[in-house]
Amino acid sequence: MKFSMKNLIAVGLLLCATGAYAAGKLDDQTQLPKAPGKDAGVNYFKPPADAELPNNAFGELVHRGEALFVNTKALAPKYVGNELNCVNCHLDRGRKARSAPLWGAYPMYPAYRKKNNKVNTYAERMQGCFQFSMNGTPPPADSEILTALTAYSYWLSTGAPTAKALPGRGFDEPAQPKAGFNTANGKKVYESQCALCHGDNGEGKKVGVNSVFPPLWGKDSYNWGAGMHRINTAAGFIQHNMPLGRGESLSDQDAWDVASYINMHERPQDPRLINGDIEATRKKFHEGDGVNLYGVTVDGVLIGQGIK
Amino acid sequence: MRNFSYKYLVTLLCLTSIAPATAADGNSIMDNGGSNPAAMACVSCHGSDGKGTPESGFPRLSGLPASYIAKQLHDFQAGRRENALMQPIASALTDEEISSVANAYAAQAKVNVAAASVDRPVQGTGAWIAQRGAWDRSIPECTSCHGPSGLGVGSAFPPLAGQSAIYLAAQLQAWKVKLAVADKKRHAKKQDLAARRNDPNGLMQHIAADLTDAEISAVAEYFAGIEVSDEPVDAAKLRLR
Repeated sequence: MKFSMKNLIAVGLLLCATGAYAAGKLDDQTQLPKAPGKDAGVNYFKPPADAELPNNAFGELVHRGEALFVNTKALAPKYVGNELNCVNCHLDRGRKARSAPLWGAYPMYPAYRKKNNKVNTYAERMQGCFQFSMNGTPPPADSEILTALTAYSYWLSTGAPTAKALPGRGFDEPAQPKAGFNTANGKKVYESQCALCHGDNGEGKKVGVNSVFPPLWGKDSYNWGAGMHRINTAAGFIQHNMPLGRGESLSDQDAWDVASYINMHERPQDPRLINGDIEATRKKFHEGDGVNLYGVTVDGVLIGQGIK
Repeated sequence: MRNFSYKYLVTLLCLTSIAPATAADGNSIMDNGGSNPAAMACVSCHGSDGKGTPESGFPRLSGLPASYIAKQLHDFQAGRRENALMQPIASALTDEEISSVANAYAAQAKVNVAAASVDRPVQGTGAWIAQRGAWDRSIPECTSCHGPSGLGVGSAFPPLAGQSAIYLAAQLQAWKVKLAVADKKRHAKKQDLAARRNDPNGLMQHIAADLTDAEISAVAEYFAGIEVSDEPVDAAKLRLR
């Protein structure tokens, strides 16, 4: 199905989202400034090398945070409700620019977020990851898990300025193409570029207890409240990082199309679901949240019903 | 009479189905070669147990996915994978023989590791490339596709654990861009082509091209050196990174 500006407005779908794009307003619920464009010749921030980590109690806590970051499901099973690990979206152990690096996030907090309409600490921001992206239960703010993950983020941010949006933070989303996005072309892109690893049905692939290729939709993937459910956000992640090791190879159009194909599939329900009412939930939480298909009817099927 | 003709038919069917099956029996091809004498017996290089001859660079085939092996043999035939020894052998195999021998190797023991390493890798080692990659050059962790301890994932990402170091290093070198003599003649532009260009979605070529020779040796030694076991692995102990 093709979603162009014109027919979107005509059928009244995503009107607000597309409007926000056209007006260049802050469309993202994080309410944090996006990364400035990277000037030619400017290098991204470099987190410290592993060998620089001191061999003391602090170093141990950072190592623990790193272990949790890459093996989240195995080491914090109580809090992870799907088959994802932090490192699946934050490549290179949270170091890679344009893959929401921790050095681009940690120094930006505390910050106001429309998502929960309050000033969030970094620990609260991570709790959001557990609740939505990991479809799980947030560990307590003062838990050993969040303390270790905070220490790891702090370490990676060594030398980074606070409260300054650095180039490479977030996913550097490409603007929505003028032609809109096309889920049918997205399916073609998916089948030729993604299915090899993530499977024909987005189910991912496990070896033993480890998810090697993360599930992209279905019961074991991020839920409808996760930032990655936004087509714009997924398009940024995909364009800069996928296929793994061959980032920057998809056009804006293909990235948007394949992101829309992935994000038109069912996934666990938004935990903020209001009284079982998808439309009410869409209006309150999804209408102004970038470009997404939650609560939208596509080809006669209501998207956002959730899957267990 | 009716009964007789039925029996006769069954006998005929059995005979006709047995004949080609014998010709393309996978185990027989391993031991004796294919119907064309140029398709030599696999065991002479890949070993009677299919575990290869690591010191000579002949890879382990035991337990590899059938579709992976079949693809490689077809790629040798088509020249997408260049190798002076294997191309003539693969070209002498029929499609049916390829399918049979691939299935026979897939039925042999899969590689297994003794115990997953829990040590943090040290920067500059083969283990580091395997578990951390070299993201400054867009090189992902090997394990992020080949699985924990390089045990292999699905039919597109073969096992690396316990594989011959000489073989692994040679494959990475083969993916580096080089002038292939045969293709220089075919291509008017004489464009550079790697000896191996059969990786799905081109996932391996840029990785090999961006690894240094020292890194290639180190990472090949790392996977070759992973202790292989015949005991079933405790999947709960495996870690990707």
